[in-house]
Amino acid sequence: MPVKKIINDPSTVVADALRGVEAAHPDLLTVVHDPAVIVRADAPVQGKVAIISGGGSGHEPMHGGLVGLGMLDAACPGAVFTSPTPDQVQAAVERTDGGAGALLVVKNYTGDVLNFETAGELVDTEVRTIVIDDDVAVKDSLYTAGRRGVGGTVLLEKIAGAAAERGDDLDAVHAIASRVVANVRSMGLALTAPTVPHVGEPSFDLPEEEMEVGIGIHGEPGRARVPMENADGIVARLLEPILSDLPFTDGDRVLLFTNSMGATPLLELYLAHGIAERLLAERGITVERRLVGPYVTSLEMQGMSLTLLKLDDELRDLWDAPVRTVALRWGL
Amino acid sequence: MTVGCTAADLVTAIRAAAATVAEHRVELIQLDRAIGDGDHGENLDRGFKAVLAALGQSTVDDPSAVLKLVATTLISKVGGAAGPLYGTAFLRASTAVKDRAELTAADVAEALTAALGGVVARGKAEPGDKTMVDALTPAVQAATGESITEVLTAAAEAAQAGADATVPLVARKGRASYLGERSAGHMDPGARSTALLLRAFAEAAAR
Ligand SMILES: Nc1ncnc2c1ncn2[C@@H]1O[C@H](COP(=O)(O)OP(=O)(O)O)[C@@H](O)[C@H]1O
Ligand SMILES: [Mg+2]
Repeated sequence: MPVKKIINDPSTVVADALRGVEAAHPDLLTVVHDPAVIVRADAPVQGKVAIISGGGSGHEPMHGGLVGLGMLDAACPGAVFTSPTPDQVQAAVERTDGGAGALLVVKNYTGDVLNFETAGELVDTEVRTIVIDDDVAVKDSLYTAGRRGVGGTVLLEKIAGAAAERGDDLDAVHAIASRVVANVRSMGLALTAPTVPHVGEPSFDLPEEEMEVGIGIHGEPGRARVPMENADGIVARLLEPILSDLPFTDGDRVLLFTNSMGATPLLELYLAHGIAERLLAERGITVERRLVGPYVTSLEMQGMSLTLLKLDDELRDLWDAPVRTVALRWGL
Repeated sequence: MTVGCTAADLVTAIRAAAATVAEHRVELIQLDRAIGDGDHGENLDRGFKAVLAALGQSTVDDPSAVLKLVATTLISKVGGAAGPLYGTAFLRASTAVKDRAELTAADVAEALTAALGGVVARGKAEPGDKTMVDALTPAVQAATGESITEVLTAAAEAAQAGADATVPLVARKGRASYLGERSAGHMDPGARSTALLLRAFAEAAAR
């Protein structure tokens, strides 16, 4: 039985989808097909630090849907759930070089780190790398691959993009990005597993009455499997480890990002978001900005993640700054 | 191949490796599905298919050039952790045997040592971390013999023993490390693919 998906051929899913992206958003994006790169339509922007990211496909709208004014200059889509290759990143850097260098936004996965690192060795442009590792589900240790980059990536790309757009130089953009990394934490959970097209079966077997806590965004199993709970239980289970990790405390101002992993409908997502807001208010934490929706997805996985970013005035202003991408648009 | 290994012999061995990867694509996907994200077999198969295409298009005149072509193709087509790791391995092997028209048994052992050095330099894994290093390290230690066949056969057997020994380990590197204790009880997909590649090389040498 072929896998039940709207595709023609599992081996050309990404290339085929990119043709659709190209057709849908000519005003915002230029799509380069070989090697695959999604570039801001008006790139290169002279004098501006280029913000470049990328990662496996299957997380849409991240990263291609985040390319545009005030955010990314280019995104490199890898195969489904597989980091992009160095030549994609190299092409992205070359296409967006406005003379002010490039910040490479890399999610902390061995494959992403190694491929971006290799690309950095191939280009002449001055590049700096920021590695995001916001997933509190993973134990951090010098002796492991460390924490994964998940939901916090969208916030990082928005804020670093705004810093670049206002004219910050490469060091300043890197410093802002580092501040986001230091102050953002996430945790996710899955109710069902995604099916990678070329694998053709769910990435893990999850019984109907159980959920996978501490899930990543590539169908890699989480840290624990527990019986299904109601929304109050689920939201508390995600929020507690985030709050105690940074920690976030009474009097903090935050951006709360409630993310769908793909198949969880907005009805449930808003329901969960409301609970998270209430729990934060009870702790004396002020939610100053919020983002709700499917932004960092894992194909058709049912589930959600919560991300908290501790705000200061500058980070808040950069979040509020104008943005024009497929997924985020405001202030223009 | 009792005598030296020419560029043409090496191309034959690489083609055999590509066939092995294609044959074991699903097995490698399943191993990676258990403790990773299920793409290892797909990534390597895509990479080695691209290697076959690249070999068909270019003329390579010495073993070092063959290894370099494999390296650059894997780096640009595989992605994931395995792309840069195997790519660096082949790149270092290529440098190790530069300017030699035919490889001796000692050259092959030297190339393997260089390959391991490359993987460790890129990935910073140590033996016992449950990665391809656990297959490649014993392979390099075992890689001795009078003929290329002997060297590669010993290396391939040691690599598979190393891969088998990853089963009880708790992963400390790569995607499997996110699982913590839950990674124990499964063979590391990269260690298995390393053992498969070496076995394909050994069998090609014996023919
Ligand atoms: N730091 C590392 N050093 C050596 N090998 C590694 C490292 N990280 C991962 N690996 C190897 O890579 C394999 C996974 O490859 P692959 O599935 O292609 O990449 P990804 O983990 O990005 O999906 C693992 O099974 C392991 O053998
Ligand atoms: Mg994998």
